[in-house]
Amino acid sequence: MLLRHTPKEVSERKALTVNPAKTCQPVGAMYAALGVHGCLPHSHGSQGCCSYHRSALTRHYKDPIMAGTSSFTEGSSVFGGQSNLLQALANMFTIYNPDLVAIHSTCLSETIGDDLAQIVKKATDDGKVPEGKKVIYCNTPSYVGSHVTGFSNMVTGIVKGLVEHTGEAKDQVNIIPGWVEPSDMKEMKGIAARLGANIVMFPDTDGVVDTPQTGEFKMYPDGGAKVEDIATSGDSIKTLACGKWASEGAAKWLDSNCKVPFETLDIPIGLGATDRFVEALANAAKVTIPDSFISERGRLVDVITDMSQYLHGKKVALFGDPDQLIPMTEFLLDLDMIPTAVVSGTPGKAFTQKIKELCAEKAPNVNVANGERADMFLLHQWIKNEPVDLLIGNTYGKYIARDEDIPFIRHGFPIVDRIGHSYFPTVGYNGGIRLLEKMLGAVMDRQDRDAEECKFELVM
Amino acid sequence: MSNENKLPDPSAIKEEILAKYPPKIARKRAKSMVINDPELDQQIQSNVRTIPGIITQRGCTYAGCKGVVLGPTRDIVNLVHGPIGCSFYAWLTRRNQTDPDEQVEGGDNYMNYAFSTDMQDDNIVFGGEKKLAQAIQEAYDIFKPKAIGVFSTCPVGLIGDDVHAVSREMKEKLGDCNVFGFSCEGYKGVSQSAGHHIANNQLFRHVIGLDDTEPKHKYNVNLLGEYNIGGDGFEIDRIFKKCGINIICTFSGNSTMDKFANSHMADLNLVMCHRSINYMAEMQETKFGIPWFKVNFIGAESTAKAMRKIGEYFEDDELKARIEEVIAEEMPSVKEAVAKAKLKSDGKVAMLFVGGSRAHHYQELFGELGMQTVSAGYEFGHRDDYEGRKVLPTIKVDADSRNIEEIKVEKDETRYSPRASEEKLEALKEKGLEISDYRGMAPDMADQSLIVDDITHWETEKLIDFYKPDIFCAGIKEKYVVQKSGIPLKQLHSYDYGGPYAGFEGAKNFYADIEKILSTSIWKKIKAPWLNKETDPCICAEYVA
Repeated sequence: MLLRHTPKEVSERKALTVNPAKTCQPVGAMYAALGVHGCLPHSHGSQGCCSYHRSALTRHYKDPIMAGTSSFTEGSSVFGGQSNLLQALANMFTIYNPDLVAIHSTCLSETIGDDLAQIVKKATDDGKVPEGKKVIYCNTPSYVGSHVTGFSNMVTGIVKGLVEHTGEAKDQVNIIPGWVEPSDMKEMKGIAARLGANIVMFPDTDGVVDTPQTGEFKMYPDGGAKVEDIATSGDSIKTLACGKWASEGAAKWLDSNCKVPFETLDIPIGLGATDRFVEALANAAKVTIPDSFISERGRLVDVITDMSQYLHGKKVALFGDPDQLIPMTEFLLDLDMIPTAVVSGTPGKAFTQKIKELCAEKAPNVNVANGERADMFLLHQWIKNEPVDLLIGNTYGKYIARDEDIPFIRHGFPIVDRIGHSYFPTVGYNGGIRLLEKMLGAVMDRQDRDAEECKFELVM
Repeated sequence: MSNENKLPDPSAIKEEILAKYPPKIARKRAKSMVINDPELDQQIQSNVRTIPGIITQRGCTYAGCKGVVLGPTRDIVNLVHGPIGCSFYAWLTRRNQTDPDEQVEGGDNYMNYAFSTDMQDDNIVFGGEKKLAQAIQEAYDIFKPKAIGVFSTCPVGLIGDDVHAVSREMKEKLGDCNVFGFSCEGYKGVSQSAGHHIANNQLFRHVIGLDDTEPKHKYNVNLLGEYNIGGDGFEIDRIFKKCGINIICTFSGNSTMDKFANSHMADLNLVMCHRSINYMAEMQETKFGIPWFKVNFIGAESTAKAMRKIGEYFEDDELKARIEEVIAEEMPSVKEAVAKAKLKSDGKVAMLFVGGSRAHHYQELFGELGMQTVSAGYEFGHRDDYEGRKVLPTIKVDADSRNIEEIKVEKDETRYSPRASEEKLEALKEKGLEISDYRGMAPDMADQSLIVDDITHWETEKLIDFYKPDIFCAGIKEKYVVQKSGIPLKQLHSYDYGGPYAGFEGAKNFYADIEKILSTSIWKKIKAPWLNKETDPCICAEYVA
């Protein structure tokens, strides 16, 4: 047993987190910053943070993740990191020539109270930021929220730093896709294109963390939301913020500062959330939903009707980020599966409430936890008490899956031992089919594996 | 291994690289880039602060302490005191293998767990000591471990939580659990290296020497600086067992607290990764009288050499004969494997930028494959790792090194016993056994090879263009950067999830893996065929009218 010390009995913990279902803010900020074209993310703190975050993102995307660090030493921790950051900016612009640098703080620079706004202003005043180049920033203290909070803070940093509100309305809709894969961003852009909706999407890591192998390394890959496009987002008709946790912050900022109204939607995972996304986007962009969408949707529904017997009534445990888990839970319920344990390390009371509401009718006994000490240790204990037929979560779930012999599909961040997440979307109707394929594959593989020889069947 | 063929002179490319830097940075970087002359005693600048914004390979002190040294010990609860990230990122990512069933079926194994106090902002404002004490109590109540290690992260040092005091109190309170702390805040020192030092100190202070049980076997050694990545330690164990040599404790691959506690009973310490663990060797020598020498189990020839050195040390003909038998048994299949791989690898060129000893060790394996290392450097090495221990007295201790505790170690009045007499050690030295010494990487590298400490991304790009290596060795952050330029990268921290690469079986694995990389067809198909045609004169040529 890999997790041989996890007892079945759940005891109350007040201070100890074991096997977290979250990580810290800066990694999210780094990922969001990569979604701007020509941007070099910069981590203001010890170089270990930057190293860990680059490693984590690299393992997940299997693509270059470039970022700078202020490389604090003990001295900078005592006297402040201003001189390190000024030097870092000068060096990065000289050596690596990015269009912009996106700085995020760490628990170290936050604790000593470095003022990023002041340092960036000084860098600009001192001529450390070349003409035409930009520096944006956000605060990402690791002891608040989670990696999702960090993503959200950087998205807000992006709009704060780049939006130029002219007051002249532009016939376009902002889409803030939330912390999703480049494949998902590509699919959302595809949906908008098929709808005929004019959109600006940011951040957009499509073409940044899933770059082609051409024999030429590009420090700044072709993808990413363009600075000039983001600049116009203050003049858009509306913002669609996908995922309350990751996207609402920036949408609110655009609303209060540029009078761009927003609507917070679920990330379009599964049938219901995709329906809402498509309708909201069509309404906002004032386009009629073409008939092709009836077919697109119909294919997902068709697969569900064809295969629902295999999933009906199956118990599922899942963990990950709130913006992902909410529509995923809704999708599972649409498939008549039973979510029995749902855990997210990311805080926010609305999460538990929302999952309970969703499950009230079909899975009233669902165990839900999020925030502090809502960890995979707890999830595992719940599973020991109520075994499940399927586990959904990031790669770290494989230890529970092996110990408890549960079919497992990988979804979320990080996925370090499989590929596919960068290339195949799980959002939209097409993404729904991909999710179904994965779930059916896992459940039917198990049925095949466990079938007695006399009951082993060709056609399932 | 230095080659008779002089390598191309990198002076011009070095100048070109430096020209891009602001003048102050250029002056600093120039001292960290040395065009090697193995005959000269050249000085390289290393273990100095990383320049902000240069895009470094380096990590932090916490990573060196928790991740590298303590991470591979299975029966200690490694509790990270700090915000969640630090514990999360060090969770299973270093792939230290461990065998908890080795001694007792169902032995303690906490390696697959990540423990954290998950500090929140109110802990930063009001202090996190209470939460830490509570977390230790809860870890004890749930897991009943024999030891709990507490690791300080950046904010802990700043707000002044005293992890040592809390650990002491909890140790006393719990009674049967050894609780001790590490002041390994990420900002200390200039790289992971500081963390290794801190880890060594605290293990020495709190664990080493707790168990005086006499070893039952005849030849007792510790293996220091072997972390069982990809099962390297298992392969070395196999060879030692075959030879009849008993490893009391490996620091710290596949290790346990009990093995640490008993390790001072060894006759000899063998140092693999000099950078991470020479402190432990020296402290055990001073306190208990255990001599040490440097070994390298990366490469079949190096493995044979290291085993013979051990035979020499014990001066036992029976042991020496047994070692020769084992080498004779193992070598034929190694030779066969290398001969096959060499068809692809001979004459090829490698670059190595990794770790604090591996960039040296792996040059031997490449040498066996007929491959030359044209450029190499350490991520967190010190001058002695490049230039040899003779430079120790001349290394300037700067403020960043001074922040790392040096513990004062003295002879243990009752337990000090020199395992070998001065005369014996002198005689062994004369035989060429480098007792208490390490000659460093530079003397083993070719004339005009380029040694670069703490290489930056910019330097990496330029040097790849210059050398056009057949293989580049580094870590995960560099992997896809290099590969996108069309050069295969072999990770030498995680081995790209291959291995083991140590010992005889490991060497065979390495040969096969390098052969695989060098004969991977896709590298030749990166360019779309229609792009190739443009440069193909046969296709572009037109008939003259």
